[in-house]
Amino acid sequence: MGFTIAYLSLIILIPLAALFIKAAGLGWEEWKAILVSPRIIAATRLTFGLSAAAAGVSVVTGLLVTWVLVRYEFPGKRMLDAMVDLPFALPTAVAGITLTAIYGKEGWIGSHFAAAATWVKETWHPAGWIGEQINTWANFGAAYSSLGIFIALTFIGFPFVVRTLQPVMEDLGKEIEEAAATLGAGRWTVFRRVILPLLVPALITGFTLAFARAIGEYGSVIFISGNLPMKTEILPLLIVSQLEQFKYGAAAVIASGMLIISFVLLFIINLLQRRLDWQNR
Amino acid sequence: MKKNILIQASLAALIFLSALSCRKTQQGEKAASAVTLLNVSYDPTREFYAELNREFIQYWKDKHGQEIKIDQSHGGSGKQARSVLDGIEADVVTLALSLDIDMLHAERDLLPADWQTKLPDNSSPYTSTIVFVVRKGNPKGIKDWGDLVDEGVQVITPNPKTGGAPRWCYLAGWAWGRRAFQGDEGKVRDFIRRLYKNVPVLDSGARGSTTTFAQREIGDVLLSWENEAHLIEKEFPGKTEIVYPSVSILAEPSVAVVDKNAAKKGTSEIAAAYLGYLYTESAQDLIGKHYYRPRNPGIAEKYAAQFPKLELVTIDQEFGGWEKAQKIHFADGGVFDQIYQP
Repeated sequence: MGFTIAYLSLIILIPLAALFIKAAGLGWEEWKAILVSPRIIAATRLTFGLSAAAAGVSVVTGLLVTWVLVRYEFPGKRMLDAMVDLPFALPTAVAGITLTAIYGKEGWIGSHFAAAATWVKETWHPAGWIGEQINTWANFGAAYSSLGIFIALTFIGFPFVVRTLQPVMEDLGKEIEEAAATLGAGRWTVFRRVILPLLVPALITGFTLAFARAIGEYGSVIFISGNLPMKTEILPLLIVSQLEQFKYGAAAVIASGMLIISFVLLFIINLLQRRLDWQNR
Repeated sequence: MKKNILIQASLAALIFLSALSCRKTQQGEKAASAVTLLNVSYDPTREFYAELNREFIQYWKDKHGQEIKIDQSHGGSGKQARSVLDGIEADVVTLALSLDIDMLHAERDLLPADWQTKLPDNSSPYTSTIVFVVRKGNPKGIKDWGDLVDEGVQVITPNPKTGGAPRWCYLAGWAWGRRAFQGDEGKVRDFIRRLYKNVPVLDSGARGSTTTFAQREIGDVLLSWENEAHLIEKEFPGKTEIVYPSVSILAEPSVAVVDKNAAKKGTSEIAAAYLGYLYTESAQDLIGKHYYRPRNPGIAEKYAAQFPKLELVTIDQEFGGWEKAQKIHFADGGVFDQIYQP
């Protein structure tokens, strides 16, 4: 107990308290002025929206990948399994630069993507928001747009889903599936009614971890996002830009705002998980 | 319960002891090691100071018979100033903006307010300017600032809110606009708005933009430090050209001794000599070799071919100093924020 409290204070509580104290140095009016400015609102939407989308996609792809890694034997499986952890180990700046190189207009994947986008643009001439996106993709490939940010966030969040799901899936014996099958359930029914409910708590945990990680991500995103105000600026970049003006207070306010939103979201997810656990029992 | 208290007490003791021992080793090191100077500088000066330090160490040894060591630290100018504020014990700072050094006075009084008068030429031993880098053969025919706002031209420049160099780029464009539109502020503002509309990628620093333009091959023109432009030509031979606009800005990167730190470390004399050395002919020659514009007229003459003449405005004459420019253009809600407002 004593150790837990002392340790948590040292590495989490005291730094966070310092952050809030710094932010509290500014009055309520200043808080409001900073937090409701259009750039902050745009960046908040982008950061949380894309983080949720990336974590959501990671849940689906992570489920598939984990399934294959747990249930099938094939040559090179161990290698593949180890590769999942790479995004954890890679410095985020390296990840950002590499992703930009591959998904940019000149990259392996980006060049094909840009060609496809150009074709769509010239064939259908889409208008409005979609037209604008397609236009950006045709010019820059998948990098330097919100799609680029999404790719980076998926990259860094993906291993969280696999690693939380894996032990649960390994414990999942084949027996229950076989039992369900003998009772006349089809494959889809077995998956939906038997396996999925058992995996949901782990999936939610994986989602939460990937989501939380993505919100705070800075290193990889700034290289691939293009950093255009109102369009592809993430919140951590706005914090850095406040620091660059020596405005520690304003930076602390944005950080506090981010923390509060994150905390509320994580809290809701936790509650949801509790309820699910309780229902399953 | 008793056990808990015991653990807590021993933990507290442990933390206390380790803090104590840390202080002890720090003091011990200081007494034992030779004199070390720390020069906290900005990004593109890395190669220049590496060479200069070798020269100065030799010079100091010949003159005083004392071995010294010089450490250098590089990064975005603002970030570097912040790390000095946060406690890095820099003896000297050599930053991109005088404003960043002003902050060392304003926030923690690490040096006097009149630091800029301590050395010749506003305490800036070398200058530079902002130039254009275009693709080989200049396919978009970019000659001057006015061409940057043409339809279909992509301009690469970093975000003025997150770095020193990008602010020089922005202000250089502004200075041209003032001349082109006879001082009509509304038109200048519209020009700047259209210019940044043509920027598809706002990197967070000068090196980032250089990578985007030279390595990723994005954009038609890069607004760049003059010395970086020459470095690009060296790194990517035959792929780019430098274009000199009719007007640009005279960037005066400044240097200063961080008095409080130097006094504490007992390095005031060496630090002052180190910065003074920047004005000697041999250092000025090195400056020219690294594509910075030397202050010494004789040395500048020698490198004249490398630095075409163009109209250069200074921040003090044109914008009334950094503090004012910062407030009007780059502060929150300033002109730069407004041009991105829908």
